[in-house]
Amino acid sequence: MQDDLAYLDNDLARIYREVRVIAMVGASPSWNRPSHFVLKYLQGKGYRVIPVNPAAAGKEIQGERVYATLAEVPDPVDLVNVFRNSEAAGPITDEAIAKGARVVWMQLGVRNDAAAARARAVGLTVVMHRCLKIEYGRLFGELSWAGVNTGVISSRRPRSSR
Amino acid sequence: MSEAPKPPFGFETRAIHAGARPDAATGARQTPIHQTTSYVFENVDHAADLFNLSTFGFVYTRLGNPTVAVLEERLASLEGGRAAVAAASGHAAQFIAFFTLLQPGDEFLASRNLYGGSITQFGQSFKKLGWTCRFCEPTAEAFRAALSPRVKAIFVESLANPGGVVVDLEAVSAVAREAGVPLVVDNTLASPWLCQPFAWGADLVIHSTTKFLCGNGSSMGGVLIESGKFDWRKGDKFPGVAGPSRPTTASTSTRPSVTSASP
Repeated sequence: MQDDLAYLDNDLARIYREVRVIAMVGASPSWNRPSHFVLKYLQGKGYRVIPVNPAAAGKEIQGERVYATLAEVPDPVDLVNVFRNSEAAGPITDEAIAKGARVVWMQLGVRNDAAAARARAVGLTVVMHRCLKIEYGRLFGELSWAGVNTGVISSRRPRSSR
Repeated sequence: MSEAPKPPFGFETRAIHAGARPDAATGARQTPIHQTTSYVFENVDHAADLFNLSTFGFVYTRLGNPTVAVLEERLASLEGGRAAVAAASGHAAQFIAFFTLLQPGDEFLASRNLYGGSITQFGQSFKKLGWTCRFCEPTAEAFRAALSPRVKAIFVESLANPGGVVVDLEAVSAVAREAGVPLVVDNTLASPWLCQPFAWGADLVIHSTTKFLCGNGSSMGGVLIESGKFDWRKGDKFPGVAGPSRPTTASTSTRPSVTSASP
């Protein structure tokens, strides 16, 4: 996927600071699927992650009940994480707008410019083709543990992480 | 989304700070020497997540160490690469690179103007593993003429030691790109201050950190840095890098025990 997208570290960090509840559309109950371990990782960072997946509706993933659609999630949602393909990201973005989410975040390999424009037009923040787990690790120091060039330089003592 | 981006950090800033932060536990400003082989887990679940590579963290110093990670990120940053892995010497870094790229029976092309140790490693030691190095004049024309379907990489020194030969990295990288193989550049003598091979099309950069990067003659080391731009899946030449995990691993739906997942 062509990556001409650019997001400022400060903007991404603000999303992580302000968001509390994430709805993950496409969350898998299988432990070895990326959506599953991204969900688990984010829980470990203190976020509540509500899984949305019609194929697993009614089951639980990491202690959270799975809903068939975003509309069925009973609680308010700050961020909708799209773990589906770029085409599916269109209707999911519209559901995220209807749900009152403030951020739509499409995973690595997922990009839908038309949907992003609709969301931005009504004041949502949109991130595309980025991983919610990788960017957290990159901004807050954990990705550095693997020798990755994070581009982040900080003189602050990091908060202890789990 | 908001205000103008901060200007990128300069080379000097990154040479001092990239990869290092104050220590989370103690606030130590300089990077502590983490003299440990192993790391504790919070519980079995945490250990399983680490071994499954589904969370970030340290397991065993052969796989990663907080002090070494600072060196790795710093050199990845100075070279403009994606990520780095450090080794005990430049020779070890070269071994890691070719062990990853080559199968027995494979070949690679290398400049004949190389550090003597590399001539011996490539021309003699590697034969034991069934790898053949063909030495060429370090020009685009000579490398193009020497290509064959078995060739999996082209190796040059950006500034040759000895001889000081300056290789036209841009022209050689074009040959590598046409052939679908990575250009591997030993940038030891130039250092990233004088030359950043990724800017000229290199795919992997190697250093003996023993020389200029250490700078005081006290410590041996090496590093292998990847640009992050080479498509390892293209052309099916690098199954060891791009291939799927073993079918048994990929299809299992039950969590493996920590012992069965250990390296």
